[in-house]
Amino acid sequence: MADKKIKIIVAKPGLDGHDRGAKLLSRIFAEAGMEVVYTGLRQTPEMIVEAALQEDADVVGLSSLSGVHNHFFPKVMELLKEKKLDDVLVVGGGIIPEEDIPGLKDVGISEIFGPGTPTPTIVDYITKNVRS
Amino acid sequence: MTIDYAGEVLQGSPRAVARVISWLENENERARPCMGRLYPHTGRAYVVGITGSPGTGKSTLTDKLTRYIRAKGLTVGIIAVDPSSPFTGGAVLGDRIRMSEIAQDPGVFIRSMATRGFLGGLSQSTGKVVNVLDASGKDVIIIETVGVGQDEVEIMRIADTTCLVLAPGLGDAIQSMKAGVMEIADIYVINKSDRQGADQLFVEVSHRVNQDDLIRAKSRDRSWIPLVVQAAAVNDVGVTDILDAVLSHQSHLKKDGTFVEKRRERTQQQTLQMIHYEIFSLLRKHLSESGKMEQLVDAIMNHEQDPYSIVQQVLSEWIRVPEG
Repeated sequence: MADKKIKIIVAKPGLDGHDRGAKLLSRIFAEAGMEVVYTGLRQTPEMIVEAALQEDADVVGLSSLSGVHNHFFPKVMELLKEKKLDDVLVVGGGIIPEEDIPGLKDVGISEIFGPGTPTPTIVDYITKNVRS
Repeated sequence: MTIDYAGEVLQGSPRAVARVISWLENENERARPCMGRLYPHTGRAYVVGITGSPGTGKSTLTDKLTRYIRAKGLTVGIIAVDPSSPFTGGAVLGDRIRMSEIAQDPGVFIRSMATRGFLGGLSQSTGKVVNVLDASGKDVIIIETVGVGQDEVEIMRIADTTCLVLAPGLGDAIQSMKAGVMEIADIYVINKSDRQGADQLFVEVSHRVNQDDLIRAKSRDRSWIPLVVQAAAVNDVGVTDILDAVLSHQSHLKKDGTFVEKRRERTQQQTLQMIHYEIFSLLRKHLSESGKMEQLVDAIMNHEQDPYSIVQQVLSEWIRVPEG
C-alpha cells in the first residue's frame, strides 16, 4: 500500500477579503507533505462540507478574520455531522478571541490556532490528531 | 455495520465514491474487489480532457462547460489533477476554487488529485477513478490537467476528446508548437479571447492545423481535422461553441468506428500500465526489503558488475515466461 497523504481542506467561510494567511498555511501544509485543497474566499458552510465529502478530507481548517467564527464554525460542524463525516479533524484559526474558544471546542472544533502560532505547532497537531 | 461500498457507488452515493477514490489513490487492497464489481458498469461515460499551461483558464472553462452540460440534463464528474512536489510529496490543489458553486449541484462530483510522482500529467490512479465515476452513473467525465512540454500527453490515452487550452500573452504560443502536447488536441481553445493577441494566436493555431493536415503521414489518423475555437470563458463567451465542438468530435468518432478503436486502445494501455505498475512495485519491494538493492548498487559503484548484466540477472531470478 502506498504512503497515505493527509488531505486537508483550507477554507474561509463568510466574507473575509484577505486570504494571505490561509494561502501561506496552504503552502506550509503542502511543504509538510499534505495534499491541500484550498477552497478560496467567500465559502458557505455548505460548500466547505461538500468539498470535505467529495475530497474525502481528513482535516478541515477554517479561517476567519472578521469575527464570524461563532456563526460559521458551528454551522460547519453541524453539517459535517449531518453528512456523517464524524472522523474529520476540524481546526480553526484567524482572529478569534480567547473567550470564544471554549464554545467552539464544545461544538467539536479540536483546536484553535491564533495569530502568531508557530506553524510547526499547527502541522504537528494535525499530524498527531488526524484519523488513521 | 459494514458498508457495501461497491453497491453504494452503483447507487451514486458521493460518500462511497469519495472513499473508493481514496482507496485507489492510496493503493488500498480494498479497492480491488470493489473495482471488480464496478467494472461491468463502466463504458457509458464520455470522457473529455482539458489540458494546457497553467493560467490559461482551464478551471473556469471546466466550470462553465459543466453548467451547460448540466442544462442538458446530464451528470458530470470532474477530476482536477495538479502536480505533487517532487521534494516534499505534498501538493496545493487549487482547481476547485473556481468550481465551488457548481460542486453543490447533486449532479456534479468534483475530486482534486495530486500526481504523486506519476509522469505524463495525470496520476497513477486517474484511469481507475474515471471507472468509479463512470460506474456511479456520471454521463460526462471531465479531466482537467496541466499539460505543457512534450511529455504531459497521458490525457489523450484516457480521454475520448482532448481539448488543449491556449491563451494569449503567456509567451508560450509559438514555443508550444512543438511535438507532444500540441499534437494531442482534438480541439484547440483560444481562451481569454478578449485579451490582446488572441486573434493572432487564433490565426497561428488555425494555420498550423491546416498545415498539419497537409504534412501528416498517411499512416496517421487524418479523418478528424481539429477545430479551433475562441472563447472568453470567464465572461461565458464561446463556451457553447466549445461544447458544440466536443459534440461534433463525439459524433465523428461514433460515425466511423474510431470511438470503439480508441476505447480498445485505451483499455489496452490501461491494462498494460496496471500490469507494469504491479510487477515493478512487487520487484522493487522485494529488492529493497531484502537489502538486495543496496548490494547491487554497491557492486555497480565498485565496478564489479555493470547495470546491464545485473538487470538480466534480476529478470532471470524473478521473471519466468510461461510456456505455450
